[in-house]
Amino acid sequence: MVTYIVRRLMTAALILLGASFLVYLLTAASGDPLEEYRAISAANKQQLMDARTELLQLDVPPPLRYFKWLGGAAQCLVPFANSCDLGKNIVGQPVTDALGHALIQTLTLVTGATVLAILVGITLGIITALRQYSALDYGVTFMAFLFFSLPIFWVAVLLKEFGAIGFNNFLRNPEIPMPTAIGIGIAFGALIAVAIGGELKRRVLSGGVVFLFVTAILIYFSATEWFKAPGLGPVLIAIAGVGIAFAVTLLTAGLKNRKALQSALIAVGVGVVLYFLVQPLLDQATFVMIVLLAIAAVLVGLGIGYLVGGYDRGQSMRAAAITSFLVGFMILLDRFMQAWPTYFNNSRVRGRPIATIGATTPNIEGDFWVLGLDSFTHLILPTMALILISLASYTRFTRASMLEIMNMDYIRTARAKGLSERTVVMRHAFRNALIPIATIVAFDIGGLIGGAVITESVFSVRGMGFLFLDGISHVDPNPVMGVFLCVAITAMVFNLIADLAYSALDPRVRVKA
Amino acid sequence: MSQPSQQDEIMAEEAALQPTPAAGIEPVLEAKGLSQGQIVRKRFLGHSGAIIGLVVFALIFIVAFTSVGYWGIPGWWKYNHEQVSPLVNDGAPTSSLWPLAWGEHPFGQDRIGRDLFAMTMRGAQQSITVMFVIGIIAGLIGVVVGAVSGYFRGWAEAILMRLTDVIIIVPALLLAAVMAQMAGRRDSGSWFSAFASTNGVLALGIFLGLISWVSLARLMRGEFLTLREREFVDAARISGASNARIIFKHILPNAVGVLIVNVTLTMSAAILTETALSFLGVGVKAPDTSLGLLISQNQQAFATRPWLFWFPGLFIVLICLSINFIGDGLRDAFDPRQKKFNAKKAQETGSRVPAAAPVTAFDGPKDH
Repeated sequence: MVTYIVRRLMTAALILLGASFLVYLLTAASGDPLEEYRAISAANKQQLMDARTELLQLDVPPPLRYFKWLGGAAQCLVPFANSCDLGKNIVGQPVTDALGHALIQTLTLVTGATVLAILVGITLGIITALRQYSALDYGVTFMAFLFFSLPIFWVAVLLKEFGAIGFNNFLRNPEIPMPTAIGIGIAFGALIAVAIGGELKRRVLSGGVVFLFVTAILIYFSATEWFKAPGLGPVLIAIAGVGIAFAVTLLTAGLKNRKALQSALIAVGVGVVLYFLVQPLLDQATFVMIVLLAIAAVLVGLGIGYLVGGYDRGQSMRAAAITSFLVGFMILLDRFMQAWPTYFNNSRVRGRPIATIGATTPNIEGDFWVLGLDSFTHLILPTMALILISLASYTRFTRASMLEIMNMDYIRTARAKGLSERTVVMRHAFRNALIPIATIVAFDIGGLIGGAVITESVFSVRGMGFLFLDGISHVDPNPVMGVFLCVAITAMVFNLIADLAYSALDPRVRVKA
Repeated sequence: MSQPSQQDEIMAEEAALQPTPAAGIEPVLEAKGLSQGQIVRKRFLGHSGAIIGLVVFALIFIVAFTSVGYWGIPGWWKYNHEQVSPLVNDGAPTSSLWPLAWGEHPFGQDRIGRDLFAMTMRGAQQSITVMFVIGIIAGLIGVVVGAVSGYFRGWAEAILMRLTDVIIIVPALLLAAVMAQMAGRRDSGSWFSAFASTNGVLALGIFLGLISWVSLARLMRGEFLTLREREFVDAARISGASNARIIFKHILPNAVGVLIVNVTLTMSAAILTETALSFLGVGVKAPDTSLGLLISQNQQAFATRPWLFWFPGLFIVLICLSINFIGDGLRDAFDPRQKKFNAKKAQETGSRVPAAAPVTAFDGPKDH
């Protein structure tokens, strides 16, 4: 195992050396960094050209410059020495600084999108596999192919137009006309009726209930101008919490496990009580505090499950922990919504909250909640674009994997010995279907940092892709090399992790030592 | 991943020979004694999504190449993509569904009066050309590299696979930018820039083909690694066949399914790559046009002239979608494990015939 890892790392280092040499030469050969000075007729033309030649060492031929760069980059390998030197860019800023800033921007952009795409994609894939050859399956398959064929720059411009400008216009006067409300209700109802499966009566009934529910909520929102001052409030949190408790118990333990259901419901009750207690605390929120509160929520849930116990204590604990985490998330959401009017009327935002470019509103001031909302409104459009594009492959892959697993002999055995369908799907099939997906996810995380070049350029996020494109257009090898190093190293490390994870998860696959 | 052992292979073959199909699996067509080509064709033609994709793609292909002409051959459409004509109706599209009419400028005109239909068709031509060039070049290189490294193994494999590793991590965007810069320097007078400035899109396709063979080569290598251990290869070698004959006559026909499916998928990805590169300004350059370039030029004008944005995007999606559906149909057609499984029929047969045939290896584990 260790030999295998060491050998892989050695090969990776060699490949990295070769590829970085190639990239450096290509960037250097792609144009003339002095071109912008050659055309001007300023008096200090020669001086400017000399200064840049000096800065970028243009008098040294590119292959030699590469080795100089390599010498600086090699110092990054020395731990804690803080002598990392990746050269300077064309305006004299050290690349390491620019890289750190860009990395944060890119990670905030892609992390949420990837996590959501994975969650939604896997869920859709499993549902379509369980309802193979149903209307839902065909619909999702078609959508997957469609999203797969969408050029991201086109989607991004469409989202800007309808998601941002259209929604901001709507917020100016948030009234939903009756026909629109009914139309949206019908759409949701039809979706549920198609998705739910089973007999016609059950489908129509569920669809009808959802239709009435959605339409009523929309009319209520419109009448109370909810979109101007949104909020959940303790009542809604309690109602939704009970729903979550039932759903989580259904998935993790089955409704027959009364103790698990009880602990999930108790968790909801505790959450509603805590809603009032934590409000003053949340006014002084920081990021660390939110993380600690999330951990505390999970711990409280585990404690409730432990105390309620039952014949299977683990199941109760799991159900209660997941429920209390979700209820905690709703409390967080509610607090963000409370900050919405402040953000909406901020002098910098001026009532047009959904932004089309950048990562933050310039010069905005406010507390944790306002700043959080600000980055949320900036992230929502690029995140949606990225999700749409990457959703398709996860859905298709999960579906294929799940279908293959559902045809396995051990699934038939599990059914034959009388396990409930929930146990078969959640315990036996789902976990094994996740094994091949784990490798895909690792691959994708590896390619994440460099994968959003076009999205970044359309939404003007100054992340890694921006740095890269900017470096190429100015014939500036150092930033390009910096971005390349980050992208290539993460890709290779995660490829290795993918292989190791596969062999760890599936004992039939052994790594070649 | 582990390769299937000999034992598995034999068991799978034995299972495939069993005449009794499992519950719900439609009567096996292969039993009639059709050739592999006939089976694949039959399955492909039964895949409605793929057929629709094929028809749509054929329509777009024919219209795109006949309407504005290609390589100096004039087309039937009255404008070409560079011609400026007076604005009709402020450039709005003149076509309408009801009453069905085509009008003077069915897709509208841009700000200076160029016909958008002609430009879109020209862009579609470019995209389709790039797609085929990439498919052919990537397919050829991928097959050769994959076959050589998978069949001969040893140092050839080591060198070729390290080469693929290097190419896979060099960003395509950088390579495209370098090529665009080199093609842009007309003064340097090298044969490359001369070629690239006259056949911009062809150069782009060749170039993208030269870097997009890597995943294909890996797949083909895996396929060759499995197939070279099979008995028919041993038999051919013992009867004195040369390496080239074994590769091209014995192994390649067995790997052709994987090859065709993945070339199709590479081609659909290639369209998106080409449009994305043109969008970023390193692909096809003005005065020539491409679908990505059209969107890039007109994204600012969305509020005033949305049609300039809708039609090129629609064509990208249509071409890519139809190719994807064709690829899906091909995959289903070539994959012998895919039986059309009918849940209703399974229930019926399952209830009528209690002793349904034992499950065969169709759904057994088979990890390549």
